[in-house]
Amino acid sequence: MSLKQLTVFVENKPGALVAITDTLAEHKVNIRALSIADTQEFGILRLIVSDNDTALVTLTREGYLIKTTDVVGVKIGDQPGKLSKALAVLDEAGINMEYLYAFMSRTEKHAYVVLRVADNAAAETALEAAGFHLITDVDINKL
Amino acid sequence: MEKRYYQPEIETMPVEEIKKLQSEKLVKQVRHVYDNVPYYRNLMEEKGVTPDDIHGIEDLHKLPFLTKADLRDAYPYGLLAKPLKDCVRIQSTSGTTGRRVVAFYTQHDIDLWEDCCARAIVAAGGTEEDVCQVAYGYGLFTGGPGLNGGSHKVGCLTLPMSSGFTERQIQFMTDLNATILCCTPSYAAYIGETAKEMGLTPDQIPLKAGIFGAEPWTEEMRRGIEAALGIKAYDIYGLTETSGPGVSFECSEQTGMHINEDHFLAEIIDPDTGEVLPEGSKGELVFTALDKEAFPLLRYRTRDICVLTRKPCSCGRTHIKMSKPMGRSDDMMIIRGVNVFPSQIETVLLQEGYQPNYQIVVDRVGNNDTFEVNVEMNPDQFEDTVGGITAREKALADAMKAILGINPKVHLVAPKSITRSEGKAVRVIDKRKLHD
Repeated sequence: MSLKQLTVFVENKPGALVAITDTLAEHKVNIRALSIADTQEFGILRLIVSDNDTALVTLTREGYLIKTTDVVGVKIGDQPGKLSKALAVLDEAGINMEYLYAFMSRTEKHAYVVLRVADNAAAETALEAAGFHLITDVDINKL
Repeated sequence: MEKRYYQPEIETMPVEEIKKLQSEKLVKQVRHVYDNVPYYRNLMEEKGVTPDDIHGIEDLHKLPFLTKADLRDAYPYGLLAKPLKDCVRIQSTSGTTGRRVVAFYTQHDIDLWEDCCARAIVAAGGTEEDVCQVAYGYGLFTGGPGLNGGSHKVGCLTLPMSSGFTERQIQFMTDLNATILCCTPSYAAYIGETAKEMGLTPDQIPLKAGIFGAEPWTEEMRRGIEAALGIKAYDIYGLTETSGPGVSFECSEQTGMHINEDHFLAEIIDPDTGEVLPEGSKGELVFTALDKEAFPLLRYRTRDICVLTRKPCSCGRTHIKMSKPMGRSDDMMIIRGVNVFPSQIETVLLQEGYQPNYQIVVDRVGNNDTFEVNVEMNPDQFEDTVGGITAREKALADAMKAILGINPKVHLVAPKSITRSEGKAVRVIDKRKLHD
């Protein structure tokens, strides 16, 4: 069911990010969504891409510290209050969230939220029970 | 300035007489060590030397060296040359490093050590009219006990403050008119800053002189302390292995430290070959204790790099002078007064499951050392949250603090991101300008 996210360690110095996006572009990997968490010393780049395997192999070969993380992808109506509803479901189920980020679809009038939670399976069950539609790696390339 | 000495007959003894005295003492000392310290006797036998081969200081080069590794191997009693019933004191190095040195003293040893400290106090202008505030730590550390004893011998009114409680230090200093301050140079600088914050100007501080040692400091730092406290600042040198502070000390000239040559015989060697270098050469300082009884180290390699010079000194003292140490022949660093070896960092990393790919960055901001350790992560140590990475950094810093006794700032970095020169990682970057 799950959605795979690539997580890359980025040194906090000029040109560090563009080196990564250039590598992905060279190998025709499309970035669907991204987020960066940064501190003074380092950043953590989180990517949802069109081709996980290629991205993983090429970035690893370039010497990046990279790992695959299972996250939860939720389809959310592009209307005020829809995100709150999804978050309330997790809250009620007592599931702790580490971070989230969102992106829009090119083809449908929908937003998608990527969630990193303490317990993926529990989050997925709770969200589906509340009527939310979850997305997977297969869906990503159709968006 | 009036020339004053604590033991004038010794401190101004003609050089030829000093050498004769050293030779006599050395012959006796080698016999004493050979007869009482099996560890050193074995080293001598391995080199094929007996006490009969030592006729004077010209034969010193025949004797084997002692190193920190020997002290560790022989811990705790292996280099003891007197029965414990004849010993009255133990002093020790900081100890958290796993390279603790435990030194033993007879009453005779304490006396000669305190005499050395008394010479330093008198050279800094101390008399029985002075109030001497000792703000070195008291306890196993040699700083407090050494200067405390020297202060008593001179007849100063002694304020045994130990270190810390800085406002109280300044309160005592001003209320009781302390005229001489003994502490580490970084603490002296801190006292100066605190006094200023308390609204005191240098002329409201009764001090006239300070005797500062136990860590590296620069001429610039000296000038800063002198201006902040309105004093003349004197350097003092020593190490627990040789007794403590007072092995050498500065006089009014402030151009190097006179070694107390009647007790400590100094050599400069090439740290790589062990060859003795001529006077004026830069090399590793080696000490032989000439008349210590309980813990008499012969040819002990200090790892400090410096230069010895024997020139007539305007103060009238004839004893040879050593420069401020210009560095170390091993990779030890002194950070915030604590000895730190890169190998200790390596041990912690291996214990905690990291590869030993790291870099230590030391700097000095104001008068405080900053201490950072960059560590390369493996993919399995990489967490996808900031909290996860900072928690790992904190855990590593805590593990290092447990071994080193001081707290580093740990940064986890990407693999292969640490500078390598010719394939070899640069382990230590010391940005402090401690040596002029």
